[in-house]
Amino acid sequence: MLYYIAQQTINAIQLGSIYALIALGYSMVYGVLVMINFAHSDLFMLGAFACLLLATMLPVQLPFVVILLLVMAIIGLLGALIERVAYRPLRGAPRVSAIITALGCGLVIQNTTLSLSPYPKYMPELFNSRTLTFSGLTITTLQILIIGISFGLMVALDFLIRKTRYGMAMRAISFDVRTVPLMGIPVNRIISLTFLVGAGLGGAAGMLYGLAYPQISSGIGILIGWKAFIAAVIGGIGSIRGAVLGGFLLGLVEVMAVAFTDSSYRDLIAYSLLLLILVFKPYGLLGQAPNQKV
Amino acid sequence: MALPILVVLGFAFCVACEFLPIINTYTKGVLIMVGINIILCASLNLVNGYMGEFSVGHAGFMALGAYASAVMTIKWLPASVFELPLAVLFGGTVAAAIGFLLALLSFKTRGDYLAIITLAFLMIVKSAVENIEYLGGPRGMTPPVLTNLPWAFFWVVVTLWIIRNLVYSKFGRAITAIREDEIAANAMGVRVREAKILAFSTSAFFGGVAGALYAQVNFFIDPKSFDIVRSTEILVMVYLGGVASLAGSILGAVIFTLLFQALQDLGTWRMVVMPLILVLLMIFRPRGIMGMKELPWFLPKRELFTKRQP
Repeated sequence: MLYYIAQQTINAIQLGSIYALIALGYSMVYGVLVMINFAHSDLFMLGAFACLLLATMLPVQLPFVVILLLVMAIIGLLGALIERVAYRPLRGAPRVSAIITALGCGLVIQNTTLSLSPYPKYMPELFNSRTLTFSGLTITTLQILIIGISFGLMVALDFLIRKTRYGMAMRAISFDVRTVPLMGIPVNRIISLTFLVGAGLGGAAGMLYGLAYPQISSGIGILIGWKAFIAAVIGGIGSIRGAVLGGFLLGLVEVMAVAFTDSSYRDLIAYSLLLLILVFKPYGLLGQAPNQKV
Repeated sequence: MALPILVVLGFAFCVACEFLPIINTYTKGVLIMVGINIILCASLNLVNGYMGEFSVGHAGFMALGAYASAVMTIKWLPASVFELPLAVLFGGTVAAAIGFLLALLSFKTRGDYLAIITLAFLMIVKSAVENIEYLGGPRGMTPPVLTNLPWAFFWVVVTLWIIRNLVYSKFGRAITAIREDEIAANAMGVRVREAKILAFSTSAFFGGVAGALYAQVNFFIDPKSFDIVRSTEILVMVYLGGVASLAGSILGAVIFTLLFQALQDLGTWRMVVMPLILVLLMIFRPRGIMGMKELPWFLPKRELFTKRQP
């Protein structure tokens, strides 16, 4: 029994690190723009497809790291492009318009993918995975790789936000967006950068997801991406550490729910958890309530 | 006095269509869908337009109404003339009850967080129905075809009449005051909580009514028919026709339904075109065609001569 729980915990960390990577993108955008980027989950989905195309369509077999970097760059640029074309014209519009636009952009991406590739695709094995056994517990080298890359990216992001000038500018924008331009900070460029980094992380998460669960379809955006959104909200949307915490928490809850009940209850449990947290702690576990001004 | 005459004429036309071979079955089906969409659009407009909140969970209320009425007609009620009205009322009541609960739960949250709560509600309804064997689970249900054109028209008139009277009543003023500024409205003595719960429950009731009518005309319902895509369709109608406008709701629903039929050949690309329209609308005309405007027919007499602030 204990082994079973320990084994499931390893799975939970793997799923949780993917959730956390996606949730970071949601939280970063919310931090600077105070807007829910619903299209983020579909960028995650495109990350998996970009990896598939790069791995199968090119005449030469690229090394793993190059594919990862290319996927992050492509999806990151796409994220910045969406911001430029669809969100920037609405910067001054009511908040509701921005949410609707984000929802619409997400659906456009998702259904375009569905129309171009109606059937699920299978990800080739990019990585020669072996199975290791420690006193009864099994872990694959692929799992170690996924968890390692996720942690590496999270640490790099934490460094970017806490130690660099760009990170300082991002934090300044989320602190007070009106004063920041007066200090000579190029707001538009920083916002583009935020989208670039956030979407890039989402793309990387999509690729890692495709390696862990090789069947990919246009539906994984809603299936996995929106769960990551729940993770961001549970942790307190806008908070970077909250996103990571929420990701691992949701991964644990989901894996345990599947391990101990029927797997068809997974969505029900995840969304009920979201509703409960929002009712009792409306700004998430680590989030701060904004000041309402009249 | 033009409106009552129009209603009577419209009803007469619908009855004539039902019993005389004026239009074919396909056209009749499209007209019934127009009616259902008008109900959906007007009821969502109450929350998203008049109250200025953002709900994406309207398909959830539709699902509640559809399943409640399907249980009525398949399992509980014997076939009779009263089967449809009872089932539709029951569907609306179930949806309104859940809407009331949801409004109680989410009273403190607004803006983005309210959108998240309605999204969670939609997902919970869908996956709960998938797990209930009594409701057919993921396989769905096959209710009898009972909705006809006169009934659809009747419910459209009831919906528009009640929402119009609500919006121009004391409660309606409270609801629009919340849209303009919730904190200021509260300070002026508006009972924000009551107004929100009323708007939510009424909107949910008619969402359920539309779902019930839909279930009784479509011959087949399953949890997938009420997902986020359906909610987006209703949102497109609301923001296409115009926020906070009943005439806009009718216009949006009619244009959307006809466009939806015209684009039938596109297959899944249709699901690309619809959200794309939504995005373009938000960027270039965020309030829709009739946004914040109303046809004089729907205005009470005393409103006709007062100048409306845009």
